Amino acid sequence: MAAPGDTLSSARHGSGAVPAAGRSRPGWGRRLAGQQNRNLWFWVFVGPFALGLLVFVYIPIGWSVYLSFFDARNTVTPTVFVGLSNYREMLTDPAFLSSLGTFVLFALFIVPLTFAGGLGLALMVHRARRFKAFFRSVYFLPTACSYVVAALIWKMSIFSGVRFGLLNTVLRAVGLPPVAWLSVTHPPWYWLVIVTLRLWLQVGFYMILFLAGLQRIPTVLYEAAAVDGARPGWQTFRFITFPQLRATSAAVLVLLLINAFQAFDEFYNLLAVAGASGGGGYPPYARPPLVYLYYIALGNQQDFGHGSAGAVILALVIAVFTVLQGRLLGGRRRSDEAAPAGRRRTHRREADA
Amino acid sequence: MTAGGGAPTPGGTAVAPVPVPAGRPARRRTGIPMTPAQRWGSAVRSLVLVLGALLFLLPFYLLVRNAFSTNADITSPQWTFFPRTVQWANVSELFGDPAVPMARSLVNSIVISSVQTAGAVLVGALAGYGLARIPYRYAGVVLGAIVATLLIPAAVTFVPTFVMVSTLGWVSTLRGLIVPGLFQALVVFLFRQYFSNFPRELEEAGRIDGLGYPGVFFRVVVPNSASFFAAISTITFIGSWNAFLWPLVIAQDSTSWTVQIALSTFLTAQTINLHELFMAAAVSILPLLALFVLLQRFIVQGVESTGING
Repeated sequence: MAAPGDTLSSARHGSGAVPAAGRSRPGWGRRLAGQQNRNLWFWVFVGPFALGLLVFVYIPIGWSVYLSFFDARNTVTPTVFVGLSNYREMLTDPAFLSSLGTFVLFALFIVPLTFAGGLGLALMVHRARRFKAFFRSVYFLPTACSYVVAALIWKMSIFSGVRFGLLNTVLRAVGLPPVAWLSVTHPPWYWLVIVTLRLWLQVGFYMILFLAGLQRIPTVLYEAAAVDGARPGWQTFRFITFPQLRATSAAVLVLLLINAFQAFDEFYNLLAVAGASGGGGYPPYARPPLVYLYYIALGNQQDFGHGSAGAVILALVIAVFTVLQGRLLGGRRRSDEAAPAGRRRTHRREADA
Repeated sequence: MTAGGGAPTPGGTAVAPVPVPAGRPARRRTGIPMTPAQRWGSAVRSLVLVLGALLFLLPFYLLVRNAFSTNADITSPQWTFFPRTVQWANVSELFGDPAVPMARSLVNSIVISSVQTAGAVLVGALAGYGLARIPYRYAGVVLGAIVATLLIPAAVTFVPTFVMVSTLGWVSTLRGLIVPGLFQALVVFLFRQYFSNFPRELEEAGRIDGLGYPGVFFRVVVPNSASFFAAISTITFIGSWNAFLWPLVIAQDSTSWTVQIALSTFLTAQTINLHELFMAAAVSILPLLALFVLLQRFIVQGVESTGING
């Protein structure tokens, strides 16, 4: 990249501290390039990314906002301006609202389960006397699996609705009738399939985060607590370990919620039928926001007007949500984060309880 | 983490020589005899860990069992724990089936993931370094514009990006699958954080030797950041290999399918050839399992940095 400028700037760097401004007034080109060509080099380094971000993030979002005010079916250069009616229709569309409800329900299951599971596994693996690395690897391994492969195993083997499915084989062994796990809505067994799948796949990831947090807790705290007579177990966990994991816990909660909001892969692969693009069917239940949006914008209709309005609404929901999370949990976290890892933890009052 | 090359083989039980690093702080209980209650607690924890591990390995076992079984064995009401005869023929059947573009999809996935990883890391590292180290009046504004996009996850904006990419005529092309994934704000952000803490003395030394910004970056900074680059690369590769929504939207023609789309298409189809499908799934996760066994240290490091900052 920019080979001629290379030698020029190295020559200038050689004379390091001499300020360029002391010479005769530079031309506008020089001034644009900046002292030691810094402005130029800044854009050589950051430019490719900034351009990509502009073309593939900022312009599409702007365009989408524009489309959301038009009747844009099967076209991205619409002519019929409809004002806010796409938004009004999306916000009163019972299917869209129920997709938001599906997300809330899903988050209510998956967030606490993964949080508790990840923390519990981390605590146990951290204290394991033998095979620590082995256990960590085993619990982390599902992260290598894609949601498609996991959905395949869950749908076609473990929770297969026919008799040879693993769980139905177990049920028959204890004398119970088989269950069609994914197609009964009453009771909604499909939630068991969906939630266990994501739990298996992602809990190891969060275990790694908690393990990293546990390793940063200075052992001095535990020694001090032991001297003060704190019993190992619940007391040390309640008053030392958990408070010390505050930053990690906050990060994990935010990640879990944002990821749950974007759930798509396992829902689609477990429940959609026939055909990847268009023409496919999806049952009216267990339909999270992105799946609904996918069928609006890329189904038979190609309704980019409503699809864009839906995308804008979801983006706003998640942005507001992230900012709020940051406000609620971030203030203290950020100051934690700023200090160097080794000495960031100050001894807290809780330790002497 | 410091166990280094001691990543045990997943699924194997012969892991006796796992090098547990001596003198770790976590070993503080050694020497102090345990009370009966502590011994019970320790035993219960071990039991839970072992049972949990078996449960977590179960899906992998089912995958392998079904991949090497005949359809009759899979659908038999009589449960068999292992295929009576291991069906290696399933491999040739899968790659010989004209209805399943398995070889093509694998090649596509390899090309897409490799190019996307290399590109995203290069573009992201350059931008991260520029933001961290090159003084520029509007650097703060640029960083703000990049970080702002972190608020809105890429998955939520798939409709706008699809509109853009289809306007460029990139639907069902490798370009359409690769290029939008090159610009990941999180990668830039992580590199910026990392380079901000890079020892300045090394860069100064390079500068005294007459290197400009590119020289310092490529000859001094990059060679001394190999493990961070490895961490971000492995994480990016895994994400790219397992990506689903974007390939589903863009790869509408079967010649541009990735492995995930090929699998999904046959999983959601009406009629299913079970043993072939499971064999395809097993083949599709093989590269990642190899990556996990060989590079686990970097993956763990990558997870830690993305998770804490994300």
